[in-house]
Amino acid sequence: MIEDIELEILINEVYEYYGFDFGSYSRASLKRRVNRVFQLDGFTNFPEFLSKVRSDPEYYKRMVDEITVNVTEMFRDPAFYNVLRNQILPLLGTKPFIRLWHAGCSTGEEVYSMAIMLKEAGLLHKSLIYATDINATVLETAKKGIFPLRMMKEYSQNYRDAGGQEDFSSYYTANYGIAKFNGELAEKMVFSQHNLVSDTSFNEFDLILCRNVLIYFDADLQKRVINLFDESLAVLGFLALGTKETIKYSIAPGKYKQLDKDKIWRKLK
Amino acid sequence: MEEIKITSNCKVVIIGGSAGSLNALMQILPELIKINDFALVIVLHRKSTDDQTLEDLITLKSNIKVKSVEDKVPLLPGFIYIAPSNYHLLFEKDGILALDTSEKINYSRPSIDVSFESAAEVYGSSLIGILLSGSNSDGTVGLRAIKEAGGITVAQNPLSAEMPFMPNNAILYSNPDYILNIQEILHFIASINME
Repeated sequence: MIEDIELEILINEVYEYYGFDFGSYSRASLKRRVNRVFQLDGFTNFPEFLSKVRSDPEYYKRMVDEITVNVTEMFRDPAFYNVLRNQILPLLGTKPFIRLWHAGCSTGEEVYSMAIMLKEAGLLHKSLIYATDINATVLETAKKGIFPLRMMKEYSQNYRDAGGQEDFSSYYTANYGIAKFNGELAEKMVFSQHNLVSDTSFNEFDLILCRNVLIYFDADLQKRVINLFDESLAVLGFLALGTKETIKYSIAPGKYKQLDKDKIWRKLK
Repeated sequence: MEEIKITSNCKVVIIGGSAGSLNALMQILPELIKINDFALVIVLHRKSTDDQTLEDLITLKSNIKVKSVEDKVPLLPGFIYIAPSNYHLLFEKDGILALDTSEKINYSRPSIDVSFESAAEVYGSSLIGILLSGSNSDGTVGLRAIKEAGGITVAQNPLSAEMPFMPNNAILYSNPDYILNIQEILHFIASINME
């Protein structure tokens, strides 16, 4: 197990050697993640681990992939997707063209969930979904649209709870333990690497989704990232966060209006 | 009943439980009039789709105010906090709560071990951990961490537990300071910081 001071040394060295700044990451979670990869890879002392990270860029990449949390699921929080389906998509549907951004999309389960909903609302043909993550490895998985078949029972239940009425299995082809989602869902997706800590706004969007990413950041970084979303959001566009996240400490009151109790805010000005 | 040392300087009491633990809590919480200068954190295994029902139920049955757990809320004495469904609950050094959606631990998110270990790191000897009924081994490693960090540990008496496996496992592998039935746990919590 590594100590607090060792974690700070690691953060500094990673910044110095690779330019990646974990300094604004929430420490409780970061320390658990670093300890996890430390143990997983059989290290017994910190200097050895640190020297491996410093001297081996491939290992550094593995470490970053492992400490960033990539757990996601399709239609996570079905109630949230119900609100998207019934309240947000009809509003977006009046636009000639809909631009969406999934920030921190991980392996893409929520991106495919969104594409399914857009398709069912008859909007997919005029939508473009940008899906970004700092982790290039998860983006490769996301592009393929291949998820474990064993998860489909749960996802199919989530889909129904989210108001889905089609046969969920019609969206994928099952084969040897994997579910390959239909290519037409991915036609409107653009995947690219983007670092919320250091990269800037790259387009203007009508809906930005960033769910359960901000929980890993400290208050300062949360504020910076929410401002990045604000710069990237069209007036009357929507920002959707995870069920336990908020913008209220980061944005001037009156600039956004929250939809009831859901973690969806509309930009007013 | 075992002789219980009076505990003082407790900042956080953390209770973990799984199957059968809600019933035990429902016998404890309505009887607590107040909690003396500590925060009470509850980590129960629950369905990932359970939005708010556990919070609503405890709010209804408890005299002590339940503060809803969101990302980065401060942990304040005198209130109850409940680990939300489908997140791990962690503790930051500066007295705030943090959430994490990483892999399930012991098939559970929230995991009791994760919260116990994190609380032990931050609160050390000012932490009390209580493990209730359940049929999973979650909580044992966490109780051990609390004990090693100087905190006090309690396992529900398996004879009083609907599902004895969880407290039993903790008794076998973490050597808790106290093994108490439900009434004794109630008295124990009520006596904290009372000298």
